[in-house]
Amino acid sequence: MLNSKIPPGALENKWNDYKGHVKLVNPSNKRNIEIIIVGTGLAGASAASSLGELGYKVKAFCFQDSPRRAHSIAAQGGINAAKNYQNDGDSVFRLFYDTVKGGDYRAREANVHRLAEVSVSIIDQCVAQGVPFAREYGGLLSNRSFGGTQVQRTFYAAGQTGQQLLIGAYQSLERQVALGNVEMYARHEMLDIVKIDGKARGIIARNLVTGKLERHFGHAVLLCSGGYGNVFYLSTNALGSNVTASWKAHKQGALFGNPCFTQIHPTCIPVSGDHQSKLTLMSESLRNDGRIWVPLKPNDTRKAADIPEDERDYYLERRYPAFGNLVPRDVASRAAKERCDAGYGVGNSKQAVYLDFASSIQRYGQAEVSKRGLSNIDHAGVMALGEEVVKEKYGNLFDMYQKITGENPYETAMRIYPAVHYTMGGLWVDYELMTTVPGLYALGEANFSDHGANRLGASALMQGLADGYFVIPYTVGNYLADQLAVKSIPVDHPAFLQAEKEVSDRINRLMSIQGKQTAESFHKRLGKIMWNKCGMARSEEGLKEAIEEIRALKKEFWSDLRIPGIVEEMNPELDKANRVADFIELGELMCIDALDRNESCGGHFREESQTEEGEAKRDDQDFAYVSAWEFKGEHNWELHKEPLEFEVAKPSQRSYK
Amino acid sequence: MEHYNMNLTLKVWRQQNTRTAGRFETYKVSEVSSEMSFLEMIDVLNERLTSEGKEPIAFDHDCREGICGSCAMYINGRPHGPWHANTTCQLHMRAYKDGDTIVVEPWRANAFPVIKDLMVDRSAFDRIVQAGGYISVNTGNAVDANAVAVEKEKADESFANAMCIACGACVAACKNSSAMLFMSAKVAHLSLLPQGAPERNTRVVNMVAQMDKEGFGSCTFQGACESVCPKEIKITSIARLHGEYLSAGLTSNK
Ligand SMILES: Cc1cc2nc3c(=O)[nH]c(=O)nc-3n(C[C@H](O)[C@H](O)[C@H](O)COP(=O)(O)OP(=O)(O)OC[C@H]3O[C@@H](n4cnc5c(N)ncnc54)[C@H](O)[C@@H]3O)c2cc1C
Ligand code: FES
Repeated sequence: MLNSKIPPGALENKWNDYKGHVKLVNPSNKRNIEIIIVGTGLAGASAASSLGELGYKVKAFCFQDSPRRAHSIAAQGGINAAKNYQNDGDSVFRLFYDTVKGGDYRAREANVHRLAEVSVSIIDQCVAQGVPFAREYGGLLSNRSFGGTQVQRTFYAAGQTGQQLLIGAYQSLERQVALGNVEMYARHEMLDIVKIDGKARGIIARNLVTGKLERHFGHAVLLCSGGYGNVFYLSTNALGSNVTASWKAHKQGALFGNPCFTQIHPTCIPVSGDHQSKLTLMSESLRNDGRIWVPLKPNDTRKAADIPEDERDYYLERRYPAFGNLVPRDVASRAAKERCDAGYGVGNSKQAVYLDFASSIQRYGQAEVSKRGLSNIDHAGVMALGEEVVKEKYGNLFDMYQKITGENPYETAMRIYPAVHYTMGGLWVDYELMTTVPGLYALGEANFSDHGANRLGASALMQGLADGYFVIPYTVGNYLADQLAVKSIPVDHPAFLQAEKEVSDRINRLMSIQGKQTAESFHKRLGKIMWNKCGMARSEEGLKEAIEEIRALKKEFWSDLRIPGIVEEMNPELDKANRVADFIELGELMCIDALDRNESCGGHFREESQTEEGEAKRDDQDFAYVSAWEFKGEHNWELHKEPLEFEVAKPSQRSYK
Repeated sequence: MEHYNMNLTLKVWRQQNTRTAGRFETYKVSEVSSEMSFLEMIDVLNERLTSEGKEPIAFDHDCREGICGSCAMYINGRPHGPWHANTTCQLHMRAYKDGDTIVVEPWRANAFPVIKDLMVDRSAFDRIVQAGGYISVNTGNAVDANAVAVEKEKADESFANAMCIACGACVAACKNSSAMLFMSAKVAHLSLLPQGAPERNTRVVNMVAQMDKEGFGSCTFQGACESVCPKEIKITSIARLHGEYLSAGLTSNK
C-alpha cells in the first residue's frame, strides 16, 4: 500500500532525472487550476508565492491576522546550506550525510539528498528577495556552526533568522496577492478536508471573526500547517500552533508518520511556575560560544560565579570531546536530564544547568584589544569589549532572557533546561510530498519526511523553504497535469455540504457539553501526561499507563468541557477546544507509536534500549522502518511499515565522542 | 531576583464586535506572581471568567516572545506598557506592585477598527506591503548569493529596519495615527540593499499612496512612535523616506 515513489537511479541523479521527466502543465491551463494552501509559514508562503508566480490560482489560509505572523517568524539561529563559502570541506554530500546521521538513520536517503541539493538555491533566492543575512566586513555572507556538524554552513540574521526569511517569503506572497494570483484568507481555520471520488478537492474553514463556516474548492490541497509540539502544552512553539489540519487529514485517510518522534531542545529557559504558558528557546547558536556546566558537587547552592573552575563539570566536553558543546540536541538534552536527575541541577527548582558566556566574552574581548591595538586595559575593560561582540551576535536572545528571568546573562550564567521544540513526525508523504490521499500534500514541519528521529539545528527552515520554493512547484504539476479535464467543482456539491454539516455538528456538540472545566485545563493535563510518560524518556510501563490516562481524559473532556459565548461570532475558547480535542487523540497515537518502537533512536529514548553508558541504542534489525499509522476508528489504528534502505550512508551507531 | 505576589485592579476595554460600542469593565485579580508575564496574568483572569461561564477577554497573541507582532495592548496610556523596547507579551509582572490599577485598551486608530475587546484589524499593513513592500524576483531567478557584495554597514542598517514586527505600536502612540514609522522601516530595509534599487522610486510612491488611502494620519515628527517601538526602529528612517519620496518625484518628472 505504501509507495514512496522514489525515482530510480543513483542517489545524486534522482532529483535531476525526476525534474527532467516530470509532467508539466502549460501556462494557459494553469490559469484554470485552483490550489488551496493551508498555512503561510515558511513552507506555505514560499509555496503560495511560487505557485502564484507560475500562474496557478491560489487560495491561502492562516489563523493569525496576517501571514507574516506564522510560527516560523520565531526561528532564531539560522538556516543550513551546502554553499561551502567557508572553504571548510562542506559539500552537498556532507550536508546529506550529516542530516541522515543526525536523524539517527530513520529518514529517507533520497529526500534528504534532494534537500541538500536545493539548499544552495534557497540562500540565493532569499538574498535576491532582500533578506539581510549577516555579512562580513568584505561584504560577503557570514556563517556559524550548529550542532551535529563540523563545518560552518549556517546562514543567519542575528537571532532572528526565521523572521527575516518569513518576511522575504511573505513579501513575495503579498506581491502575488497584489497581482491577483493569490487570494489570502487570514483569521481562517481549516476544520476539514473535502474529498470527492477519493481525491482531496477542498476544505471547510471557519472564519474566526464571524464564526461562519466556508466551503472552498481546490484541484489540490497543500497542508503547510506546521508541527504539533503543543500536544505537550508547554513547548517553545507559538501558542496557536496546533495539529488540527493534519489531524483532520489523518482522519480522512492520510497516514501519520512517526508520530512519537519529538525533538526536545536542550537550551530553553526553565519553567518558573504553574502559570507558565510557554517556554522560550535560547537558540542553539549560543552553544557556539556558551559552555554548559553543572557543579561537581551535588546540591551545590553557591552562586555560579562563586564556584571555582576546578569545581565545575563541563559534562558535554567531558563526555563528548570531539563535538563538545555542539553535540546534537537529543544527546545534549538527555545529558542535562541525567545530571539534574542525579542531583547536580542548579537554581531553585534544581531542574536547570548553566550556559555560561564568561570565557567567550573574555576571549572576544582580548581579540578586540589586539585588533584595535589597545594597551593598559584592565579586566573590566576587556570584558566590556567582549560583551559588545557577544551583543552583536546574540543581543536579542540575551535581552529576551533578561526580560523573562530578571537576570543579566552578561554577568551571571544563564540557567537552561530542555523543552519540547519540534516534531519530526507528521503526515506521511511520498517523494512528491503527497499524502496517501490523492491530491493532498503536506509541506514543512507538517510532514514527516526529512529529519528521521532527530532534526539537526538550522534544517527546519531549510526544509520548509525547499518544499515550498523548489520541490512542490515540480511535483504538484505532475499530479495536476492529469486533472486538466476537471472543471472547478461548485461548493454546493453534496460532498461539500456533507463535510460542512459534519464540522458544524461537531462544533455544536462541543458547545452543548456545558460542563465545568476549561479547554485550557484539559490541555495542561494532557501536557503533563505526555511530558512525564512520552517525553525525554519512555518505557513500556509508562506508555501503557499514559494511553489509559489519555483515554480517560478524552471521556472527561467530552462530558465536562465548558465553552462560553456563541458559535456564530468570534469565539477563541471554541477554537481552543477544537484544537485540544484533536491534541488528545494525537497524544494517544503518539504513545501507541512510542510503545511499538522498542528501540531508542534520536529523540525517542526507550529506557529498555540503552547502552551501558546510557546512550541511545538503535535496533536496525527490527526497526529500520517508518511507522505510518492508518486511522481505523476510535482508539484504533493500523500500522504500515515503510522499510528504510541505506545505500550510501551506511548506518553505524552514532558517536559524537 | 526576589519574587513576590500582588493584588491588582484591572480596567479592561470590553467590546463585543466592530458594530457595538465598548466600555471599561473592572476586575480584581489576586495572588499575581511577579514572575508571570502580563499575558499570563490575563490568562489567569480569563480562566476564571471562562469557568464562571463568562466570555474571556479577547486579545491577539501567538509567539509570546516578542517577534510575531500579534500582541497589542495599550497599557496605562502606553502601547505595550512601561518597559523600553518591549512587547506586551514580554512585559512581566515585576513591573508592577501590590495595589496597582492597570488600564488596558486596544490600539486606537481609524485604520485599525476594533474586532473584539483588545483585538484590532491591522490588515491595512498587509495592503501597504502589497502596494510595493517587496523586491520583484520570481523563484528561481536568483544569482549566486555572494555574487553581489553588500557593505556590512548598509546590510546591518537594512536589517535593523527589517526587524519591524508590524505590531502597530507606532500608530497607536501617534496622536495623528500615522503609519510612517512602519512604512519607513520597510522602505529603508529594501532601499538600503542593491537588490532593492530597481524598484526604489515606484515602491515609495505607491506605498505612501496606499497609506493615505487606508486612513492613517500624517506625520508631524513628534517622535512618540520611536519611543514605543519594541524593535527600536529610528525616526531617522522617516527622514530617509522623505528623501526617497522627493527624489522619486524628481526622477519621474524628468
Ligand atoms: C523558537 C523556535 C526557534 C526555531 N529556530 C530554528 C532555527 O534557527 N532554524 C531552523 O531551521 N528551525 C528553527 N525552528 C523550527 C522552525 O521554525 C519550524 O519548524 C518551521 O518554521 C515550521 O515552518 P512551517 O512553515 O512548516 O510551519 P509554521 O511556520 O508553523 O506555519 C504554520 C502555518 O499554518 C497555519 N495553520 C495551522 N493550522 C491551520 C489551520 N487549521 N487552518 C489554517 N491555517 C492553519 C498557521 O496560521 C501558519 O500560517 C525553530 C522553532 C522554534 C519554536
Ligand atoms: S505574542 Fe508575538 S510579539 Fe507578542
